[in-house]
This record gives sequence, structure tokens and C-alpha cells, in this order.
Amino acid sequence: MLRFLMRRLVVSALVAVTVSILAFGLLRLSGDLAAELAGSGASEEQIHKVALTYGLDRPTYIQYLDWAGSALRGDFGKSLFTGEAVSDIIAHALPVTAKLAFFSLVLILVLAIPIGVLAATYPNSWIDRAALAVATAGQAMPSFWFGLMLILVFGVWLGWTPISGQDGWSNFILPTATVALSSLAAPMRLTRAGMLEVMQSDFIRMAQAKGLPQRVVLYKHALRNAILPVVSVLMVTFGHILAGTVVVETVFSLHGLGYEVFHAILRADFPVVQTVVAFVSITYILLTLLSDLINAQLDPRIALS
Amino acid sequence: MTIDAATTALIPDRQVADDDVYLSPRQLAWRRARRHPGLLFGLAVVVLVTLVAVLAGVIAPHDPYEQDLSQQFAPTVWQEGGSWINIFGTDSLGRDVFSRLLYGARISLIIAFFAASVAAVIGTAIGVIGGYFGGRIDAVIMYLISCKLSLPGLIVSLSLVSVFGSSPVVLVLVIAFLFWDRYAIVTRTVTMQLREREFVTAARALGSSHSRIIISEILPNLLNHIIVVLTLEMAVAILVEAALSFLGLGIQPPTPSWGNMVSEGRADMFFQPHLVAIPGLAIFLLVISINLLGDGLRDVTAPDGRN
Repeated sequence: MLRFLMRRLVVSALVAVTVSILAFGLLRLSGDLAAELAGSGASEEQIHKVALTYGLDRPTYIQYLDWAGSALRGDFGKSLFTGEAVSDIIAHALPVTAKLAFFSLVLILVLAIPIGVLAATYPNSWIDRAALAVATAGQAMPSFWFGLMLILVFGVWLGWTPISGQDGWSNFILPTATVALSSLAAPMRLTRAGMLEVMQSDFIRMAQAKGLPQRVVLYKHALRNAILPVVSVLMVTFGHILAGTVVVETVFSLHGLGYEVFHAILRADFPVVQTVVAFVSITYILLTLLSDLINAQLDPRIALS
Repeated sequence: MTIDAATTALIPDRQVADDDVYLSPRQLAWRRARRHPGLLFGLAVVVLVTLVAVLAGVIAPHDPYEQDLSQQFAPTVWQEGGSWINIFGTDSLGRDVFSRLLYGARISLIIAFFAASVAAVIGTAIGVIGGYFGGRIDAVIMYLISCKLSLPGLIVSLSLVSVFGSSPVVLVLVIAFLFWDRYAIVTRTVTMQLREREFVTAARALGSSHSRIIISEILPNLLNHIIVVLTLEMAVAILVEAALSFLGLGIQPPTPSWGNMVSEGRADMFFQPHLVAIPGLAIFLLVISINLLGDGLRDVTAPDGRN
């Protein structure tokens, strides 16, 4: 177990370093970031001045080491356009995105697990097929379009929910529904498949033979064993939601990480872009590491393979 | 006892129905395909959309670029005052929505197909090398896949497109370079299983080189899996292209794409909701059909171990 832990830690650290280099290089791939910042029609001299101001005249690897070094000390640089510290931008934006991701995850849990259990209890029934259809449709729906349709129906026609903004919890109803529906399929299918498998095992037949009520058998005996893979998929889903909110935040005017990074990309605001990309990637790496460790703890065979 | 009866008796699972006896795996797959409603529906829609995309120039009743401000927001055929001249009405610039939809299908399909194909080449190369050689090489491959998985795909695509411009070629390459992981994971796993099979051992015993074994023993056996992943990844590519175009960094107006049609319709959404609803529904229908086709192909070509 200790060897497994060490190996996973080393690999994760390597991946994190690589990803931070990629995040750093992302906006520099065009070759001349200074020229892009100076704008079209800028003279040689102006471009040179921009390069000097932001330290872009130094070799790229020095710039990276400088950035990574300061980042480790908590200094991520400043936005080129607002002058605001990147750490402040993240501190303002992260709660919005985290709220959205957390609400979505709760909604996914509340929907995916009971529906998955029901679908597995009555395989190939209408409820199983309907659940599969909803999950398949959710995956195929472009989230920007689904979000706009929700705004139209619930915000405008029915007038039940606000259509943009981020101050009250009610602002999060529609964005949460949009995100949750698009990520529902994997946890739901996994719950169903896991339950179907567990329901075949001897201890379930034993529990049924003892005459335990079906509800106790399902939720107390079967679900507990079927839910392990679902937990790790949910961790990964959480990472995906954090990384994928650009579209939903734009549609609902939520000023979260996705919204900030999108506007930073449009303005070639590289300190913001590289920090947010690195931040989201490293969060994802930590989440998968955590889910691997939990799985290995619960099922020691994983650590041995 | 005839030879036929003897063979039948030796293969118990072929005894289920008499007409099953002499079906090759390919014939069995055909039979399963004909009885698979999801696959048939998906195939029908995909074929239809492909035809529409190819024949857009012939079918489209209007020029998709022709503006006519006097014809702004013409109603659809089912709305009051609508006519068959503009079936889905016109947009804020008086352009025919139906014609733009047909031309938009072309862009979506071309980008999705090429992106998924380039991704197939990248992902399969990575997956086969890892799965075939194993050991340290595989560790490097796994590390590459982990790096790829940790990057936020959409944000990275947006950054790359903002740097390199949003021509269709750039879009294809950006989507391909960011969505090859599923091919790599699937082909790596299957190659690991194939590597232990007798025909690979036999080829090795005959002195075949690694590249020869990979090309003539491994790859043909991966083909079904690659086609299934290719289908599913085309659906992903369509959604990514639509999202990029919706955000204004994908296909640039006035070229019609389903994503930028939703984005253009958004300004007038409260008064003309169909301008957003129709192109979005088109994306949804195409993506769900491609997914049904992909799931169906998997059921038909590899019916065991579906979960």
C-alpha cells in the first residue's frame, strides 16, 4: 500500500508539473505574445516596450521558472487589463463555480442513485428504458442550448426563476439543472450496472431468503457494495464540471472561473489564463489521486496490481 | 449421421435455432443490426443529414448568405402569416433559416468527421504502442494520457483557437489533439489482450517484426473498436465545435454553423425563440443519432461484455 501510495504521488507530481508547463505555454504558442498584446499596427519600438514591461524578452524557460516559483509562494501575477492580482480574481470567481459544481453534484447524486437502483430492480422495464433515454438525451444536448431553453421556459414564460445573476441561491437553479443533466449518464449507468451485478451475489439471495424487506435488501445490503465505482466517478465528474463551466457561466452570466478565463482568453491576458488552467488541472489531478486512494483503501487488490 | 448434424452437435450454442447453424460472425452481426431499433434510427438520421449536407447546394431554397432587411424575422410556416417560401422563417438579417441550417450541417459534419479521424490516428498510435510493448513504454504512455485527461479540454481549445485563429483546419486539429484519449484507452486495453493471443505468438514465432505484427495482426482486430469510438467521438466533436462557435471562437459568421446560429439568435431569443430552438434541436438530433449509431455498432460487433 505504501509503495502504491508513493508511486501514485510521484506520478501525480510529474503530471502536475507537465500540465503547468503546458498551461504556461498555451498563449505563447503564437510565437510573439508581446506583438499580440501591443495590438495590430504597433511599431517595433512599442512591441519591444511591451516585452520589457512584462518580462517577455527573457528566455521562455526563465519566464516559466519565475512564474512557477512565484506561484508556489502564492503570487500568481496580475491581470494585464484590470491590474487586479490573479489570486484575487480566483478568490472572487471560485466560490461561484464551486457553488455551481457542488449543487450540480448533489443533484446528480439525488437523481442518479435512486433512478439507477430502480432501473436495476426492474431491468428492461419502462422505467429502465425511460431512465436510459433521459441520460442519453442529456449527454447529447448542447449545454448552451439547453440552458437558453430553460431560461426561455422557466425564466421568461413561466417567470419562476431569475434568468441571470449570481446573488441569490435561486440564480443557481437553472445552471445547476443544465450542468447536472449533461453529466447524469455515467453515474446512473454505473449505479445500474453495479446493482445488477451485486443483486446476483449469494449474500443478497441470503438476505432475501431471510425475508428481509426488499427496501432493506436494496439500500442497506446491495447499494453499499455497488456504490464504490460511483463514488470515484463522481470525483472525476466534479473535476469535469469545474473545467467545463465556461459555456454555462456565459449563458447565465455567472462570474465564475469559466467566465473569467474565457474573457481573459479573448484579451490574451496570459497571467490569468495560465493560472486558471493550471489551477483547474491540478485540482483534477488531486481529485483523481484522492479517488484512487479511496478505492485502494476500500479494495486492497487495486494497490497490488 | 451427416457431417452437418455432427458439427451442429459439437457447437451447442449454434443449436438454438436451425437457421442459426451456418451463420458467420459477420452474418450474425447483420442479423443483430436488423433487429436493433436504436442503430437503425441513428443510421437513418446520420445518412439523411449526410445527404442533406452533400446536396445542400441543390436542396436549399435560398442562398444562405443573401440578406434582405425588408424580410427580417419572417415567420415560420406554422406561425401566423408564415409561408412555405421560408419554412423556418428568416433571421435578423432576413436570411432564410432553413437554407442556413442545411449549409450548417455541412460544416458540422466535415469538422466532426475529420477531427474524429485525426484523433483516431493519434489515439490509436499511442494506445497500441503502450498496450503492445508494455513495461516502461506503457508507463510513459499512461503518463501522457494522464496529462491529457487533467487538462480542461474546452478552455484549452478556446486558448488554442484564440492563438491560431478559427479556420476550419485549425478547428479540426485543435479538436483532434484534445480528444484522442478515448481511442488511446480503448486500443491500449484491447491490444494488451490481443498480445497474449495464439495468432500473435505464432506470428512472433515465424519471425515477424514488431511493426509487422502490429500492422497485420493487431490493427485489423482493433478496427471494430476504433469505428465504435470514432462514431462516439464524432458526436463529441460536433458538440465541441458548436460550443466554440457559440462562444464566437469557432466557425466565423457569416458562414453558417449550428453553433453560431444559436449564438446569433440569442439576441432576439425572447421574441423569436425558434431562431435559437431550431439549430439547437438540429445539433441535439444529430448528436443523439450518432450516439445511438455508435452504441448500436458496439452491441452488434461486440455483443459480449457490453458493460
